[in-house]
Amino acid sequence: MRERIASHFDPFVIPFLIGMAFVLGYCLIAMIRVIAQLPKADRKRFLVSLITPKYIWINIRDIFLNCLIHVKLWKRNRVLGFMHSSIAFGWFMIILLGHLEVMLFVPERIHLFYYPIFFNYFVAETESTIQGSLLMFLMDFFLLMILSGIAIAIIKRFASRIVGMRRTTRLSLLDQVGLYSLWAIFPLRLLAESFTAHISGGSFLTIPTNWVFRQFLGNDLNALPTWWAYSIALCVFMCVLPFTRYMHIPAEMLLIPMRNAGIRIRHPRKGFALLEVYSCPGCGVCIDACPMSVRKANCKDCTVYLNRQLRRGNERRIEEISDKCLLCGKCTAVCQVGAQGPELRVAQRERRKYALSPSFAGINVRPMASAVVNGAGGESGGVLYFAGCMTQLTPSIRRATTSLLDKAGVRWQMMDPDGGLCCGRPLMMAGRSEQARELIAKNLEIIRASGCDTLLLSCPICYRIFKEEYALEGIRVVHHSVFFQELIAAGKLQVQREDGLKLVWHDPCELGRGCGIYDEPRAALAAAGEVIEAGKHHAESICCGGSLGSLTLSFEQRRPMVQNALDNLTVENPSEIVTGCPLCLATFVRAADRPVRDIAEVLDSHS
Amino acid sequence: MDFGFKLSPSSAVNLDTVDHARYDRLVRLEPDALTCIGCGSCSATCTAAPWSGMSVRKVILGLQRGRDDEVDAMLSRCMLCGKCTMVCPRGINTRHLILTLCRLNRKGEVVR
Repeated sequence: MRERIASHFDPFVIPFLIGMAFVLGYCLIAMIRVIAQLPKADRKRFLVSLITPKYIWINIRDIFLNCLIHVKLWKRNRVLGFMHSSIAFGWFMIILLGHLEVMLFVPERIHLFYYPIFFNYFVAETESTIQGSLLMFLMDFFLLMILSGIAIAIIKRFASRIVGMRRTTRLSLLDQVGLYSLWAIFPLRLLAESFTAHISGGSFLTIPTNWVFRQFLGNDLNALPTWWAYSIALCVFMCVLPFTRYMHIPAEMLLIPMRNAGIRIRHPRKGFALLEVYSCPGCGVCIDACPMSVRKANCKDCTVYLNRQLRRGNERRIEEISDKCLLCGKCTAVCQVGAQGPELRVAQRERRKYALSPSFAGINVRPMASAVVNGAGGESGGVLYFAGCMTQLTPSIRRATTSLLDKAGVRWQMMDPDGGLCCGRPLMMAGRSEQARELIAKNLEIIRASGCDTLLLSCPICYRIFKEEYALEGIRVVHHSVFFQELIAAGKLQVQREDGLKLVWHDPCELGRGCGIYDEPRAALAAAGEVIEAGKHHAESICCGGSLGSLTLSFEQRRPMVQNALDNLTVENPSEIVTGCPLCLATFVRAADRPVRDIAEVLDSHS
Repeated sequence: MDFGFKLSPSSAVNLDTVDHARYDRLVRLEPDALTCIGCGSCSATCTAAPWSGMSVRKVILGLQRGRDDEVDAMLSRCMLCGKCTMVCPRGINTRHLILTLCRLNRKGEVVR
């Protein structure tokens, strides 16, 4: 081992140093800005979590698994998983091993920032020691790993279908600069190390390459230009990084601890939302997942493009994208960094100014409250069934639910026999949460007056808001699919199994992705017939297209989405489509080629 | 003297004195409003109707007749449940129409 350069410096490291200083400075300022923009309580919560041992461990584990290994991506698509982890983990290992080499061989140079990166230029090493040959082997091994990842990336860019992506994002100009400089870094490193390999040593990759090139370029002077090129490629990549999708690399490292601390989006442009926008890697997985993208015109309204427009500050498009979305949450379910597209859009809708705001504080709910008090007949406990607005459009659900309650001998009464107030969720989806809170207060008055111990909902839209936003301590909030499954399991409800009946369960967005209820409805249906799965199901089920989340989609625009959702449900040719949401039901019934029924109707007709 | 009945004020609408600014702006932003046939399906399904008299049909009609106070009173009871949109035989996105109307002031300007 000997140091080749007496001054320990060469001008070619300057571009690298400029790039590194720029990107570190930028990220530091951005990080301080994001943390400063958090509301005070959130900021305190986050900073405390950073020094809590439990969170420290979780954060390190999550950053390692998500940022370096890309575990979520591996589960989804192995080729893409390999591509990302080979580049991220390989690069990380090369940097780590570079530092290790400096510490082992020239510890007095560890303060030189560039030494670990350009180690082979400054230090000639020998393979004769085990340390040296092992380190050089590992360096070559990880470089090969990265190069294989880059090769897949190049294939993916030109033919995304080969790696299993139907659509991918269209890159902006700076993204392209970042992409091509990233592709260039590692082949250039291979060249630079190869040209130096006969002086500084190398391993299974660099020595043969060195030998090949020396056959026709037998000149040591080739080494320096390639080191320059390597350094310049690093500089270009780091200088454009903050303005490209590669900003997700540093941003995600802050996003993970912040999410673990339980921080939520409060403002569409500040704090956590800003961080999420910058954490979007622009991979475009959400494009294929989005139910709207069955029509090509809607592809540009997916979360990846919302994030891009938010970075550019294109107000017109931001408004358009925010209002169009169905808020089904599928983009979040498939997103590799867990960017919350729906929450971001609702936050955006909440910023909107209105000349006229509804007011519900003055509504007199005393008649409704006294009706449930009389209905309870002085007894406390029992089930209060809230059918909700949508169920009034689909009275069959209400009939079936009440019939099942009678058959099971449950003591129940209705909260809205003659129609009631809305639960508030549609207002919240439209970004009018203040008005929704007024409705919540009114509904709470009625529920509290009834003295019930269980609140039964047949609509997942209601179910979600009753669970998340209502202060209903001591009252169990339950969706009817779960309630009936429990009654069946307890033997209180006898359901006859019909042979040859093939049922497919459609996971409503608000019930599945919204509240995590997947298994109970399937278990309940299994008592009536054979339950088969749709093409995409559970967390990846496709929105029916009727969602109240979208403000602007017209009936005509929704039609292809409804058809797409139906096609997905009928791949296994079920005899009946079953759902647990009156809105899904009303949407499907109009377009389906076979019976569509609510889970309560199916259970009622078999008991 | 109480006759058990009395004269009611005239409910005649003088269209010459009606300011159509808000309606005109609405029609420009939501051209679908023009396709309304006034069938009343929206009123029949409205969740707010039983206790507030809300009706999208009446809102559109009221705008054309300059009944701004009635319109605002109805709009301020809408809970955006979206049932009117689901039943509209003309496929009008009534829910968005209401949101757009709420963004307009009486002069028909979008508030920012």
